[in-house]
Amino acid sequence: MSDIAERVKKIVIDHLGVDAEKVSEGASFIDDLGADSLDTVELVMAFEEEFGVEIPDDAADSILTVGDAVKFIEKAQA
Amino acid sequence: MGMRRVVITGTGMVSPLGCGTEVSWSRLVAGGNAARKVTEFEVEDLPAKIACRIPFGDGSDGTFNADDWMEPKEQRKIDPFIVYAMAAADMALADAGWKPESNEDQIATGVLIGSGIGGLEGIVEGGYTLRDKGPRRLSPFFIPGRLINLASGQVSIRHKLRGPNHSVVTACSTGAHAIGDASRLIALGDADVMVAGGTESPICRISLAGFAACKALSTQHNDNPEKASRPYDADRDGFVMGEGAGIVILEELEHAKARGAKIYAEVVGYGLSGDAFHITAPSEDGDGAYRCIQMALKRAGLTAADVDYINAHGTSTMADTIELGAVERLVGGSASKISMSSTKSAIGHLLGAAGAVEAIFSALAIRDNIAPPTLNLDNPSVETKIDLVPHVARKREINVALSNSFGFGGTNASLVLRRYQGH
Repeated sequence: MSDIAERVKKIVIDHLGVDAEKVSEGASFIDDLGADSLDTVELVMAFEEEFGVEIPDDAADSILTVGDAVKFIEKAQA
Repeated sequence: MGMRRVVITGTGMVSPLGCGTEVSWSRLVAGGNAARKVTEFEVEDLPAKIACRIPFGDGSDGTFNADDWMEPKEQRKIDPFIVYAMAAADMALADAGWKPESNEDQIATGVLIGSGIGGLEGIVEGGYTLRDKGPRRLSPFFIPGRLINLASGQVSIRHKLRGPNHSVVTACSTGAHAIGDASRLIALGDADVMVAGGTESPICRISLAGFAACKALSTQHNDNPEKASRPYDADRDGFVMGEGAGIVILEELEHAKARGAKIYAEVVGYGLSGDAFHITAPSEDGDGAYRCIQMALKRAGLTAADVDYINAHGTSTMADTIELGAVERLVGGSASKISMSSTKSAIGHLLGAAGAVEAIFSALAIRDNIAPPTLNLDNPSVETKIDLVPHVARKREINVALSNSFGFGGTNASLVLRRYQGH
């Protein structure tokens, strides 16, 4: 896993209180990790803070899985 | 439809004397004192440096471990007053043995939990975030984690209680108003069971500074915290802030009997009044308190001579003697048969939770025939024929108990509880 993926994974584990092994690349925040719509807003905020990127609302709406988040951040930082 | 009878069938408590009703009560009766210097945050520049904190710990020996009651990730989203309420409500429902699972039972069970000031510290933190980092950094849980009625909301969601969902905000009368109003909802047939009470987590810098600014807190006993809360004593100089939650399960009498529930006491009277006098001080003639108690006794069909024990509002301020004067005028010649104590001498002032915790203590006073003590009453500032239960608890017959709560804004509430004798 890339450094970004590791840091995303850690944020997801901390915020959603889920076991590390559940946080796979394809895991959906809502369907697989028990998040609700407010949790996902907070997750996006945490990603912005951790990586110093801005995630606009329309982009945030398309970040549904751990992998989506990693891809967005990698692109934003490229 | 006539008024239905309402009884208390469960209690739960997080108090400065412990996590749980029985541990708090046994320590109270034994003379326990929860006041101590605040060490969790900077107090050197504050006039009041002491408080009655919950004993935080791993959950053993009466300590409070928030993780026992709510997952850490959920705790992060809310202020502690909601966590305390969730813990006390869990305890109260378990104590009552009430776990509504059918649709009918769930919609017959409501929640009415109040708080005096709610998530004050969280609001302050949110303000800093907005100022320092901008609006995009404000958590989506900022609002739902601070709102006072979210204690009722969270409890209802956890236990699937789909009856009336309500809340009270009347400063230091909150807990008593919550129990009184919830009892009315049952009496009128809007619910069969209510989870009711008050919760507060006010011990933070802005709250200690704010209450000291309006001259409400004790500031002369910082070096001797256990001596600071001294209701009726000549050396009293303000209240000591406490924290915690008290929750009761109120239940329609026939509903409770039908399932063989244990009954602590019957809620027979409830009175409310307003001083219409001053934002923080009670009216000097005690008129508001007098009418409040009078209304509660009238509703109970009792006279002042029937009262055995009074759990006083008694905050350790100048207002103590105003309440005492109102009670003396009401009870007249029967003053000498009444015991009246302020348990705030042991646990401090729990603000919005005070009335609920003290109503539970009043129910236990009836159950065990024990009047809990008024600590530190070395030198009463006034003479009275009423037994103020100085220093040590008094074993005596208690069949009727009155619990008084008076709040900023001149808002007053009194509850009358009576031993349930099986008919």
